[in-house]
Amino acid sequence: MSGEVVLVRKGAYHDSVRLMRVSRALSATPGVEAAMVAMATELNVAVLGDLGFTVPPAGPGDLLIAVRADDPGAAVAEADRWLAEPARPGEAGADGQPPLTTGSAIRREPAALALVSVPGEHAFCEAYDAVVAGLPVMIFSDGVPVALERRLKELAEERDVLVMGPDCGTASIGGVGLGFANVLTPGPVGVVAASGTGAQQVTSLLDWAGTGVSHILGVGGRDLSAEVGGLSTLRALRLLDDDPATELIVLISKPPAPEVARVVAEAVAGLRTPVISALLGQDATDLTGAAEAALRALGRPVPEWPSWPGPVRGGARKALKGLYSGGTLSAEAALVAGQGDFVDYGDDAYTRGRPHPMIDPAPRVEALARAAETDVVLMDVVLGHAADPDPAVTLAPAIARTPATVVVALVGTGGDPQDLHRQAAALREAGAAVHLSNAQAARHARSLL
Amino acid sequence: MTFPPTPSLPGPSSSGPSPSAPFLSAPSRVVTVGAGLLDESLAAQAVATTPVDWRPPLPGTAEALVSVLSDPRRQAANELAARRLTAARPQLVGVRRASEVLGEALAGGAFLHAGPPITWERASGPLRGALIGAMLLEGRAGDERDAERRLAAGEAALRPCHEHGAVGPMAGVVSPSMWMFEVRDEEHGGLAYCSLNEGLGKVLRYGAYGPEVLERLRWMDEVLGPVLAATLAATGPLDLRALVAQALQMGDELHNRNRAATSLLLRELAPAVVEAAPGRAAQVLRFMAGNDHFFLNAGMAAAKAATDAARDVPGSSMVVAMARNGTDFGVQVSGLGGRWFTGPAGVPDGLYLGSYGPGDANPDIGDSTITETAGLGGFAMAAAPAIVRFVGGEVADAVRATRSMYEITLAEHPAYQIPGLGFRGTPVGIDVALVARTGVLPVVNTGIAGRVPGTGQVGAGLVEPPAEAFVAALLALAAEVNDPI
Repeated sequence: MSGEVVLVRKGAYHDSVRLMRVSRALSATPGVEAAMVAMATELNVAVLGDLGFTVPPAGPGDLLIAVRADDPGAAVAEADRWLAEPARPGEAGADGQPPLTTGSAIRREPAALALVSVPGEHAFCEAYDAVVAGLPVMIFSDGVPVALERRLKELAEERDVLVMGPDCGTASIGGVGLGFANVLTPGPVGVVAASGTGAQQVTSLLDWAGTGVSHILGVGGRDLSAEVGGLSTLRALRLLDDDPATELIVLISKPPAPEVARVVAEAVAGLRTPVISALLGQDATDLTGAAEAALRALGRPVPEWPSWPGPVRGGARKALKGLYSGGTLSAEAALVAGQGDFVDYGDDAYTRGRPHPMIDPAPRVEALARAAETDVVLMDVVLGHAADPDPAVTLAPAIARTPATVVVALVGTGGDPQDLHRQAAALREAGAAVHLSNAQAARHARSLL
Repeated sequence: MTFPPTPSLPGPSSSGPSPSAPFLSAPSRVVTVGAGLLDESLAAQAVATTPVDWRPPLPGTAEALVSVLSDPRRQAANELAARRLTAARPQLVGVRRASEVLGEALAGGAFLHAGPPITWERASGPLRGALIGAMLLEGRAGDERDAERRLAAGEAALRPCHEHGAVGPMAGVVSPSMWMFEVRDEEHGGLAYCSLNEGLGKVLRYGAYGPEVLERLRWMDEVLGPVLAATLAATGPLDLRALVAQALQMGDELHNRNRAATSLLLRELAPAVVEAAPGRAAQVLRFMAGNDHFFLNAGMAAAKAATDAARDVPGSSMVVAMARNGTDFGVQVSGLGGRWFTGPAGVPDGLYLGSYGPGDANPDIGDSTITETAGLGGFAMAAAPAIVRFVGGEVADAVRATRSMYEITLAEHPAYQIPGLGFRGTPVGIDVALVARTGVLPVVNTGIAGRVPGTGQVGAGLVEPPAEAFVAALLALAAEVNDPI
């Protein structure tokens, strides 16, 4: 007896990555035709509509369980069983009461850092708890209003702590990767980054060139805006200047607001450590160029960045389509290519109530399926901690199936858990050209038109 | 060196910035809140984490939370409010007639009642019953119907106990001839009052007003009150902070279980009772010993004295009163003066006496939630494993209830400790911001009154306060931050 149900669980909350895993497991269950377990955000309700489900009235704070299956009741029971499992065994702690706020967690055991990834509209409270307790905080969440970012960073000035983010995708402190983080060899380069994927590209290239990284301090994409005034950038620069392991600082950002640029330039001039600024879109600097400049500053050779050519498909290639998971990588590729239609699937608009495209390949798999024979598709595949544990396993078949010509910028290191070489081989075998340099990938894609 | 060391409690701003620039090194432990995946990837790098079991805040509070949390006064204000609440040293200093100590509040024929302000029209059965009883006790009505008519006509003004330095259990009705415990906070000098406990079953505070109820009240007026007054005059002040601390270690939570506290009180007072009134000592001592809840009212006055000390700290989001009138559940917050924030009183979930059932229960009533406000009652359930036989549930539920309250409170009581939790202080000082953030509502132990006037007690159990009262208080705090008075 096949049937369809859509249940609304009022006020039941689970994070989007967990829900994606439940959805995947449920969809793979025999007898289940389609299944989605997700918070009832506008985006998810629309996706369910596309899947042919009729969704009853529900808000973003409500959980939806939608299944079309031989036995929908059994499928829902299965979903509930997965949802009831603790996210991590023993998370409740010895006393059976898990901390419910960041402040409560900090009081329980001394910690060195807080990592906040709750939905952006709620991130302030958690980050605030950390800052008032004198704890540095990384805010992975995006969608935090800029006024609150300013308020947090002002408070951080008073408490002498670093606020990384909001919308800080990556950081690395003393070799520990936070958020989306590549496995990097320790070395002399410290990075201050207003862009997560920008930092990942530069440090991955350095790693390939045999040059390691001391720390990556993310500051959030708006830190160098006039509203925020570069408070975290200035603090991060001072921290790296005082760090004995850091011999060279690379500052990666979009061009700052002019008044902030002056302040940052003054601060840089006062540091003992040399600084290389990679201001994307300004002075024709691209991320690969920044990595090369860092190598030259250290007196080290600049290698050939590896690439593996792929087959060219179709007769006449007319349009360049950028399908990106990294915002900065997408912007860089658009600048370098100078043409084309680029979509950043990691943007707020695509991630509200859904996992980041570095974790969930589905939106880009769908986009590949829609591409035409006359398209050149340029896309990034980002490896490292927290990213999709095996992106090639879903992307390679999609690349093999699409009629378009595909160029991949593969951002990762030999130490990453996904195995850089295995990923490159699988993507190449599926028919993509693969480059470690995003700028080179973009140039190559343009040359195919 | 590492990042600035983490204080065991969020440090006050006076702790200041760390003396030297922090040095970057691999974090020993990371607090993670949000996506479990990011926590897992730290675990994969062998970094210890403390994951937060995060949930979105109560609907409609996200913006207000930002305003309230970033109020620069708040941290110091809450520290001050919590310090005053926990530093209070309530002493039982006397037993005095209401007409004498609450004369102004009762002027013009007014009665005091439990909970936030209410009118006769909106009053529930047990409150109406208690008011009828008070009219009869004071000789202001010939019979029940006459009393009801006069009350409906507005002959007695109704005033909340809380607004006059007093608290009353259940209906909490206070009339001039009743005797009151007088409690003084020796630390801050405040005074608080609560009537004397009548016992269980058919009693005025549960809305009963039959002849046996009035007869007992007259005996309390003529015998119990004067004898206790003379007793306390002889003993001098009795340290209720110490007595409560001892009772917690003897298995009371001081709201629904007062057996140890009552025994301790009796032990303290008995010799002086005999000396003060040899002829009537036996009946007085028998009455006190026959009621396990005799101490409750003294404990409530002690809690009221402590919470009143924490009132009126500008910017504080700490709750200083939770009280119910049988219709509304009301909350008062330190930073918001005497304003009440209310929601509908819920029907308690618990065990019923005899053949009574949920259909006989009145919505939640009484000022006894002052015990929870002061870190006792439901907040101290882990100290009272025996209570679960009375309110339903398992011992583990009692421990869980107390542990969950640490998530919504600002402090741990330095004197009120729970042996079973390694002598950890009880959770105290409810923060409306933490209630809104976690969605966890205060755990309240309570007696259950019959719905119909004149019935009396029908059971006891747990009740969930209405979230909207806390949300309303939070929104008012936010409005006050954005537009200071």
